Amino acid sequence: MTARGISIQTGTKPRLVIGVLLSAITALLLLAFAPSAAADGTAVVGTLAGPDGAPLAGVSLTVEGPGFTEGAISGADGTFRIEVPKGGTYQLSVDETSLPAGISFSKPADQSRSILVLSGNKKVLFAFASGDSGAASSTSSFTWARISQLLMDGLFFGILIALGAVGLNLIFGTTGLTNFSHGELLTLGAFTAIVLNELGLNLIIAAPLAVVISAILWGWGQNKVLWKPLRRRKTGLIASMVVTIGLAITIRYVLLLFFGGSPRSYQQFAGQSGMEFGPVSVTPKSIVFAILAAIAIAATVLWLQRSRIGKATRAVSDNPALASATGIDVERVISVVWILGAGLAAFAGIYLGSTQDVTWNMGQRLLLVMFAAVTLGGLGTIYGAIVGALVVGMFVQLSTLFIPTEMKTVGALFLMIIILLVRPQGILGRRERVG
Amino acid sequence: MDFSFVLGQSITQALGVTAIIYCLAAMGLNLQFGYTGLLNFGQVAFAAIGAYSVGVIVISFGASLWAAIPIGLLASVALALILGIPTLRLRADYLAIVTIATSEIIRLLVRSIALRDTFGGANGINGKMGQAFHDLNPYHADIDLPFLTWTRQDLWVVTVGWTLIAIFTLATWLLVRSPWGRVVKGIREDENAVVSLGKNAYVYKMQALILGGLLGTVGGIVWAIAKQSVQPDNFVPDVTFFSYTILLLGGAARVFGPIVGAIIFWFLLVFVGEFLNQMIAAGWITFLLPTDVGPIRFILVGLGLMGLMIFRPQGIFGDKRELALDAR
Repeated sequence: MTARGISIQTGTKPRLVIGVLLSAITALLLLAFAPSAAADGTAVVGTLAGPDGAPLAGVSLTVEGPGFTEGAISGADGTFRIEVPKGGTYQLSVDETSLPAGISFSKPADQSRSILVLSGNKKVLFAFASGDSGAASSTSSFTWARISQLLMDGLFFGILIALGAVGLNLIFGTTGLTNFSHGELLTLGAFTAIVLNELGLNLIIAAPLAVVISAILWGWGQNKVLWKPLRRRKTGLIASMVVTIGLAITIRYVLLLFFGGSPRSYQQFAGQSGMEFGPVSVTPKSIVFAILAAIAIAATVLWLQRSRIGKATRAVSDNPALASATGIDVERVISVVWILGAGLAAFAGIYLGSTQDVTWNMGQRLLLVMFAAVTLGGLGTIYGAIVGALVVGMFVQLSTLFIPTEMKTVGALFLMIIILLVRPQGILGRRERVG
Repeated sequence: MDFSFVLGQSITQALGVTAIIYCLAAMGLNLQFGYTGLLNFGQVAFAAIGAYSVGVIVISFGASLWAAIPIGLLASVALALILGIPTLRLRADYLAIVTIATSEIIRLLVRSIALRDTFGGANGINGKMGQAFHDLNPYHADIDLPFLTWTRQDLWVVTVGWTLIAIFTLATWLLVRSPWGRVVKGIREDENAVVSLGKNAYVYKMQALILGGLLGTVGGIVWAIAKQSVQPDNFVPDVTFFSYTILLLGGAARVFGPIVGAIIFWFLLVFVGEFLNQMIAAGWITFLLPTDVGPIRFILVGLGLMGLMIFRPQGIFGDKRELALDAR
């Protein structure tokens, strides 16, 4: 990707690269799936560019980490390179006095940023201000390396969304409830794992344990305490939707109250370097998570197709009254669906928390993308959720070829609205459902 | 602990600019959700359109505020049409998803780097965008009563704001007791019945969406004029849900619901916040930090929204028979 002010280096070996973009942009820490970017050894690499895109030479930078401090001065072409011993969190600061005249940070806090050195997938944006600001939109280059990396990222992102979307759709299918607090099931799962992790359990043990705990506590428990009584009171679906909103707000701010606003990460596998497959770079943990997620989704599909309770779930999804009349225990099916949905969502949350950060609003940020996936595939159809998630995942990543990365969610939401215009029942939905 | 300060702050805020803005947004939701049964989860988008119209046209383009207001209202109608055309024929939950998505699209667009020159990116637009309005201020001094303190500017905004609310409330009252009001209430209760009587439910729903959106836009315009600053992250979906809480608190499908709701909501919210702050400052509460007060206020809103919807969907003064909400 050649963006104005961005330079990304390529190379081989343990590649930890930070493309540092300094330009007239508002402060923004951007998680971007940059192309396979690498240099020899582990290093923070970047280019300093001013608001007009001209390289900034002679600027002094410092990278600080645990027991490690190293400085560098940007070269004539604005590039710098600071070797670091291993992946992890580092503080990258720019000496403001060394900046050329007329250029300063638009936010003082930007002068020093914490960066997580991982594989080649993080960019740091610094905001510089000067007299007049230049537009700093990125123009993309179409290289096969970039496209294949984006396809890979899109596939992984799609699998992640699918984990959440399947549960969302199962719950919708069986109870008719559009659950606006489904994102919080992801967040709760990720935080359950954080708690176990900080109690001293390795993530390998904490993650499956957290999935089980979440399935029982946040899935079965939530249905038991909240939704089952509401169904008994015959609370309408619109009223229930508003209740999910209230629940989402409550959960989010309870987490903020107890865990604070700063992002957390799991103690294991935090700073992993990527592995290279041809032009594509992936971290081992992403591969493991994606494979496990694919297995979980496949198992869900098989379960729905083959098992007794799975078939009952599909029957309830189709017509609750008829299913009930044929002797299916609808409430039991709904309980199972909540357990399954919350378990899959918790897994998605841990996946997301491990590859990015665990924050109190991580699930909320993914909620609308999950809705886009579900709407695309067809609200209430389980296979539709999977197809929709993969399409949305790919679409979101590939759209960064044409639009700025910060807008990629916008693209997915637009896609959803356009689908509603032309085929409101979604790709796999049935016409009658839309009504 | 200064209890009279807490009370004074609460009363000032309960009648203040923020309460007016949320009251206008909730009045829009009352038309859409309360009377017509439309689940608009993106009311904040209409407010953002209003606020950004003022900011962009006055500050970025240097035009007059009096040109910005009608343009903002037109943009609001356009947004309602764009939202309504694909979704109003579909089930209620589709409208909910699309409206909340649209509100996020708008927020992400105005805070984007690519459109920074027009919308100001994450910093938003700051400047004297309401000057033309404040120039008309007839008041000469700040108000400083025992329980009511406003600056001269705020006093002027508050006067005009509550006057507007009074006019719109009267208009709403006339509207919902007209034949039009009976049709939209019919759509809320049973859309098929209304359609079978030969009414075009789609058109009525669209009209309700537009009118409700316009009220939200007026709220956004008041926001820009009063605060002289519009920032994208002020327009998060939580604003919509605060408005829902206000509406349910006062009573959906009640003409005075949003007014009562907004006053009670902001009184309680500010009271709890200031009270906790004072308790912490006085050392009476040691297990909380001052930074915990914000989340606690949000938790109360969330619990309040859930509790109201479950136990008293008609609100404090609402009539349960008036409201039989259901989707399918």
